[in-house]
Amino acid sequence: MEISGYGQRAAGRLDATFAALADPTRRAILARLVRGEVSVTELAAPFEMSQPAISKHLKVLERAGLVARGRDAQRRPVRAQVGPLTEASAWLDGYRRTLEANFARLDTLLESLKTARGLAPRAPSQRGRPPGRPRRPRKDT
Amino acid sequence: MPSPRTLTVETIGDRDLRFTREFDAPRALVFEALTTPALLQRWMLGPGGWTMPVCEMELKPGGTFRYVWRKGGKDMGMSGTFREIVPPERIVHTEIFDEDWTGGETLVTTTLHEEKGRTTLSLTVRYGSTAAREGALKTGMVDGMSDTYDRLADMMARGEIARAGA
Repeated sequence: MEISGYGQRAAGRLDATFAALADPTRRAILARLVRGEVSVTELAAPFEMSQPAISKHLKVLERAGLVARGRDAQRRPVRAQVGPLTEASAWLDGYRRTLEANFARLDTLLESLKTARGLAPRAPSQRGRPPGRPRRPRKDT
Repeated sequence: MPSPRTLTVETIGDRDLRFTREFDAPRALVFEALTTPALLQRWMLGPGGWTMPVCEMELKPGGTFRYVWRKGGKDMGMSGTFREIVPPERIVHTEIFDEDWTGGETLVTTTLHEEKGRTTLSLTVRYGSTAAREGALKTGMVDGMSDTYDRLADMMARGEIARAGA
């Protein structure tokens, strides 16, 4: 199966992205961050989680390049970064597109095989066949 | 002509992705199309203008296969080994692209289930990468990810978040 366009460089990054996204809290954090940047305290508030626990999740997201911290020494606001997410999503989309294109062609191929083997619903009836001449089994390819 | 069929994607356990698709043909025919090089070369071409000049296989447990796709002078190869072959219902094989973008070998289990002359093909893909080992492909990940991504894409389109980083 063929996937277009991703080389070795992307593999490690995709690993990190998928691992980061595997956790529901981290997905919730990302969903919150797309509404705008916030401080860790603000971020932790709706999660009923300690700030250190949130910070731990943030570190995973940061390593995957999914979030970045601002330079403001006081707040160090957290913001979402879409690059790796786009890449991971594009990778899955690519896989899906490849399979869809392949399977559409397989549909067509199966139809022609069915017709060739006399399995199609509207295959010619055997009425016109001369009597006493049994159908010869077709040699399969 | 058969109506267009939907490919479904789901996560199974913590490291598998499963793709499912129905075909309007008995499974013996689908199995044949999956395991005959001359037939594979007619459909396993991916999107957009690739050909498959090399399609060789030794269809038995322990047997290897080699596929090469070509487009505009660029070759992309994949090799693998068959682990199980149970005609016409099950094939298990490993595969790896020459450019190892999946981070190691992938284990692929193909099953064919026939009902009333129609066949449901399911393709379960297990990644050998660290992501898979760490249980990255958890239930709901795909949906969660695409939801989040869709939202991000919307907001980007509306100019609500910047594209670049810190």
